[in-house]
Amino acid sequence: MHEIILISIIAVLTFLTRVLPFFIFKDKSYPIIEYLGDVLPYAIMAMLVVYCLRSVDLLSGNHGICEMIGVGTVILLHLIKRNTLLSIIGGTLVYMLCVQIIFI
Amino acid sequence: MKRTMKEALIASIPVMMGYIVLGMAFGMLLESKGYSFIYALAMSAFIYAGSMQFVAINLLTSGATFINAAIMTLLINARHLVYGLSMIRKFEDMGKLKPYMIFSLTDETYSLLVSAKTPEGCLPQYYMFFISFFDQCYWVIGSLIGSIVGSLLTINTTGLDFAMTALFVVIVVDQYLNSTKHLYTYIGFGISIICLLIFGSDAFIIPSMIGIILSLIYVYEKGGKGNA
Repeated sequence: MHEIILISIIAVLTFLTRVLPFFIFKDKSYPIIEYLGDVLPYAIMAMLVVYCLRSVDLLSGNHGICEMIGVGTVILLHLIKRNTLLSIIGGTLVYMLCVQIIFI
Repeated sequence: MKRTMKEALIASIPVMMGYIVLGMAFGMLLESKGYSFIYALAMSAFIYAGSMQFVAINLLTSGATFINAAIMTLLINARHLVYGLSMIRKFEDMGKLKPYMIFSLTDETYSLLVSAKTPEGCLPQYYMFFISFFDQCYWVIGSLIGSIVGSLLTINTTGLDFAMTALFVVIVVDQYLNSTKHLYTYIGFGISIICLLIFGSDAFIIPSMIGIILSLIYVYEKGGKGNA
């Protein structure tokens, strides 16, 4: 039940963020909101990278070596090929190989 | 109508591959956490937001509180405000299709619709509608395939979670390469790392988001207006 409510909340609020501008910006615009809408994506995406890597422990275990190799692969592939899918699949495969084979 | 559908199908091809593959990654990951294809279907049909759905897997498995999930949803999806903003005029004549057009306005669909020019002999409303609709079909089909394939194969999926990390890293790299607004990326990294160190991995998200918004407003007030 908790899961169904959780999914519903996410669905309703996601729709809310999509429909809101059609109501509030119908006639006028608010510079601060436009500014935040413009720059928030940069900061939030960086935060999400940190969120994904939040459990990495640099001081023990594998010291985050697989994560570093994985992220490095994604960045390198993307700088060379600029192909989103290739970067994601390549980086994920390298990471999976690393955690499954090299460090068990 | 048939011609309109065909033209929309052609226009949506750039998104097809991406959505099917990324949808599959989402479906497989969700399945690997013990959620059946019904969940993949429901989430892709009703939430229909790529990055948010990946984060939603984490929220589900970590048993996040409703408040936490709500704040996370609002902030991750805040960028939708901008998309809506630039579609107000474009969706004016959509009539009864308008609610669906707004619901299905993902990053990728937005990028197709902004540049969409209705081919001759096609109805603009239906041309745009079918682009949006086909995009969601790819996403739903991808997540279903991923979920079902994931449940049939007994491959070792350890590390598959990294697809989400990779997705966000790619988005950040793209943002970095395609704009000069690096300050905002640095603010995002800086504040969330500081909050992670202070509050720990279970509790740093909300303080980070508050810190990020306050810093962005501070930059705005300090004269970042010019470079926004």
